[in-house]
Amino acid sequence: MTNKKVKVATVSLAGCFGCHMSFLDLDERLVELVEHVQFDRSPLTDIEHCSPDCDIGLIEGGVCNSENVHVLREFRKNCKTLVAVGACAINGGLPAMRNHISLEDCLNEAYRDGIGVENAQIPSDVELPLLLDKVHPIHEVVKIDYFLPGCPPSADVFWKFLTDLLAGHEPSLPYELVHFD
Amino acid sequence: MSKTIVIDGKVIPFEDGQTIIQAATAAGVYIPHLCHNPKFTPHGSCKLCTVKVNGRNCSACTFPASEGQNITNISEELNDDREKITQMLFVEGNHFCPSCEKTGNCNLQAVAYHLGMTDNHFPHFFENREVDASHPDVMIDHNRCIFCTLCVRASQQEDGKNVFAISGRGIEKRLVVNSPSGLLRDSDLDVNDCAAHICPTGAILIKRTGYNVPIGQRIFDHAHIDTVALAAEGASHDE
Repeated sequence: MTNKKVKVATVSLAGCFGCHMSFLDLDERLVELVEHVQFDRSPLTDIEHCSPDCDIGLIEGGVCNSENVHVLREFRKNCKTLVAVGACAINGGLPAMRNHISLEDCLNEAYRDGIGVENAQIPSDVELPLLLDKVHPIHEVVKIDYFLPGCPPSADVFWKFLTDLLAGHEPSLPYELVHFD
Repeated sequence: MSKTIVIDGKVIPFEDGQTIIQAATAAGVYIPHLCHNPKFTPHGSCKLCTVKVNGRNCSACTFPASEGQNITNISEELNDDREKITQMLFVEGNHFCPSCEKTGNCNLQAVAYHLGMTDNHFPHFFENREVDASHPDVMIDHNRCIFCTLCVRASQQEDGKNVFAISGRGIEKRLVVNSPSGLLRDSDLDVNDCAAHICPTGAILIKRTGYNVPIGQRIFDHAHIDTVALAAEGASHDE
């Protein structure tokens, strides 16, 4: 292992930040991790854009709107290794359960016809990213190098995966760490 | 001297009339499968049990064992094919494990674990499939049906009924219920029927039992499907 720290960027797209919370479950192992890792763009650092030389990008969540697509492409462009983290990134997950309902019906239910909605209107501010008609797993948009299944993947999954990569091994997860739930 | 076949270099005895998977299971050799269940007539549809018999691909659940067969069960090529088949099953239906009460007890999921599958590879269909919750004790979530026909066969061969069938062909095929309304409530399915319990995925579920066993303590949370299947199916072959 060289002295140069490995740059890791992370993001939550159409996710719930549960995978990031699980990542933080590394607890005291985070101290050991940051001896080898420098966080780039991430909710943990508040850096807004990826440096062009990121080594690892961890993507939580699928893509549900145009901004998700832009961010995902930025990560792919700037990260040597891109990792789909968690069920939503891998198959769309819970947000993708809206896929069999039309977007119009979803918006109407949430913003117009829902119980207790006042001043009903569909949000249309130009600042808001447009919703995609379906939620997609990220491998349908960009090439993904590794997948960490789980809802969320446990801290042990992150640890095994990252320490394998840092040690220069091909990452592999033992049976106990592979869960789709 | 009994007759033998060879699977991955291991000599395995068989009796006339046995399929390759029956001989293998009796000898403690696991061949991945989803639509096969030793209790029922083989269906040969999921193709996960595809093995190479003297260089040719055959379904181990339907192909009779015979003298002189040199069989490859575990190889990178066969397991890659099995993984792709499993991934296709995942993208054709809507398999969201975290929100499925069968998770951890699901053969589809366990086969995926066994094959080292971590992603679905293909674009998802995200098809709109129905849920039939009309029956007081049993529900069908068509999102998770893989058309293995185990419920069809169990109903006919074990329960002496004819509750289920597969209708349509190719990508149009669907599990249908034999009742005037097409609803499970109007069929003669009983909660104690074998057909209500045989589903290898979370497509047919018994109501009010989904979380009796917590996630983390379920069959495949700690045990591999090869061990589980051999323990369950090896026994039924010996009967």
